[in-house]
Amino acid sequence: MEYKDYYKIMGVDRKATPEEIKRAYRKLARKYHPDVSKEKDAEAKFKELGEAYEVLKDSKKREAYDRIGQNWQEGQTFTPPPDWQREFGFGTGFAGGGQATGFSDFFEALFGGGFSPHREGAFYRGFQSQGEDQQVRILIDLEDAYHGASRTVALNTPELDAQGRIVSNRKTLNIKIPRGIQAGQRIRLTGQGMPGMQGGKNGDLYLEVEFNKHRYFQAKGKDVSIELPVTPWEAALGGSVPVPTLGGKVEVKIPRGSQSGTQLRLKGRGLPGETPGDQLVTLKIVTPPAPNEAAAALYKQMAELMPMNPRQNMGIDR
Amino acid sequence: MKKELLVVTGTVMDESVQFSLVELCECAKTTREQVFEMVEEGILEPEGASIHTWRFDTRALKRVQIAIRLQHDLGVNLPGSALVLDLLEEMETLRRQMRDF
Repeated sequence: MEYKDYYKIMGVDRKATPEEIKRAYRKLARKYHPDVSKEKDAEAKFKELGEAYEVLKDSKKREAYDRIGQNWQEGQTFTPPPDWQREFGFGTGFAGGGQATGFSDFFEALFGGGFSPHREGAFYRGFQSQGEDQQVRILIDLEDAYHGASRTVALNTPELDAQGRIVSNRKTLNIKIPRGIQAGQRIRLTGQGMPGMQGGKNGDLYLEVEFNKHRYFQAKGKDVSIELPVTPWEAALGGSVPVPTLGGKVEVKIPRGSQSGTQLRLKGRGLPGETPGDQLVTLKIVTPPAPNEAAAALYKQMAELMPMNPRQNMGIDR
Repeated sequence: MKKELLVVTGTVMDESVQFSLVELCECAKTTREQVFEMVEEGILEPEGASIHTWRFDTRALKRVQIAIRLQHDLGVNLPGSALVLDLLEEMETLRRQMRDF
């Protein structure tokens, strides 16, 4: 197992006072709290921080930890001293077996299950207790939300083995993503969270869905929007143009005299559901280049035949 | 270490899902008293005239869960949680908009 430098994790000196440690914890906990933080590895950082604080806030544990010495480096391979259990007796000496903390092997080796670092209602050694809920954020493509898909999610959950020791069990779940799911929506998997202890119920697993950025679609709730490039003649004269939708290409009639920014609503072409969402199409006129004399002459002819002042609303007279 | 592949189907927490007071407490693993306090603080706004007919939506469940975690992990009290929750929702909306552009 790897050595954990709890002082480094908390960014405090080895001589830090309990007050300094508490302050450091509060500050970092706010920074990495998974509900608040958008740091990529917030969840892992927060857990690591909780573990470090669990040791450093407790004078007995801190003293024991300090006795290991300070010549260890974070991540270095570590084996507890042979007389560790006898000397400090944190181990799993309590009746009722270990307690799943979700902490590192390093922590478990030194302090056993420890006392509840978890939220109320979590694991208590030897008592029946409910497992904690777990949250996982998953990124899916908009197409997956439209068609429905399945995703494999890997979770680390602590479990008790036959000898009552805590082992980390890597659980892989193949989860069905139902069609029509929207960004920010959660899928609740009853009983798939942290295991309950001593016959207590398992916690639930919540998957929070977000969409990957799409090349041209944007989703808002169950509606999907797209910016559709059109030629000036398609906009001016109107006509039918092919438009991509999540369900495939459809022909859309552009009204005569459309402008850049004109919006069309394709009913029921958004994300599926009891009432499916719509697809909003915003036209964007693309200017054809004038790479040769003939094309340039055509533009000049247009300027003469149909002069217009697009800036008249701005009090500019040409 | 054992490995198994389970195929599981969950419940999408959309607007069709609603909870009674008892169901909300069970889902969020909390007490009625705590829910009452959150309603009083304006963190939760159940539909229904009396506690017997109260209905909570999935947004309420998420707010209860976050409020409990904030309280436990950061020592945030209920008025603080109410503020944080509102700001978090606003931030989430803005972040989602930003990602699209």
